[in-house]
Amino acid sequence: MNVVQILFFILSALAIFGSIMVLLSKNPVHSVLWLITVFFAISGHYILLNAQFLAIVNLIVYAGAIMVLFLFVIMLMNLNADAEPRKHLWMKLAGIISGGCFLMVLVSLIRQTTELTGKTALMKEGNIGLIKNLGKALFNDYVVPFEISSVLFLSAMVGAVVIGKKD
Amino acid sequence: MPIQYYIYFCLTLFSIGVIGVLTRRNAIIVFMCIELMLNAVNLLLVAFSKMHHGAALASNAATTAGIDGQLFVFFIMVVAAAEVSVGLAIIVMMYRSTHSVDINFLNRLKN
Repeated sequence: MNVVQILFFILSALAIFGSIMVLLSKNPVHSVLWLITVFFAISGHYILLNAQFLAIVNLIVYAGAIMVLFLFVIMLMNLNADAEPRKHLWMKLAGIISGGCFLMVLVSLIRQTTELTGKTALMKEGNIGLIKNLGKALFNDYVVPFEISSVLFLSAMVGAVVIGKKD
Repeated sequence: MPIQYYIYFCLTLFSIGVIGVLTRRNAIIVFMCIELMLNAVNLLLVAFSKMHHGAALASNAATTAGIDGQLFVFFIMVVAAAEVSVGLAIIVMMYRSTHSVDINFLNRLKN
């Protein structure tokens, strides 16, 4: 068991524990902080896969911008722990059982596939995740989606302002 | 690392997100669980991209096979940022009219 595998299992355990704590915390601010932990763990996974550009973008966009937006909204609303109405116990149980059944079905499906046996993900090698190669592919083959995403951002900005405006 | 480990890990994260959407009633927590599901899918896309890249690297040393998966992840992040801004604006508007973030207020959109 080399150091990459040890790091993989540590980061996976951290991400799963953090995502469970997102669900279990009563305070929404604690949920946001645990979700930031999960995003850091996933960025560690990207670095293990040598996708360095995506690791940095994940930290800047998700853990930086989006989570700050969530924190801002939560603190704007002044939510505290007992503001959330309780769901019935059997409704929670039904949700957990249906989610668990979903997981069981997909895991048994993956266990039966023979195409995936022996396939490995290339760790800490390969240079397609570096910013030079990604930039070349982005501005040669994906120019049109890139420009369309700028229009998407403009429309999202206009939409957020129009929806959030006090009328 | 075998690709099955990545698949099981991402399936676990995705299922935790599904359970969160089904069990919590706070609209902001539900939204955060959707972000969790998006991140699980992103990680799986990168793992598959590296899988194809590793398979193509054996025959051609200068190949860029699998780079499309990482660009898809980049575009998913772009769309998620736009989605979060609009979604949080909708939640703020809902809070302003009902003084609650309970998603059960949304089962009757009239008034």
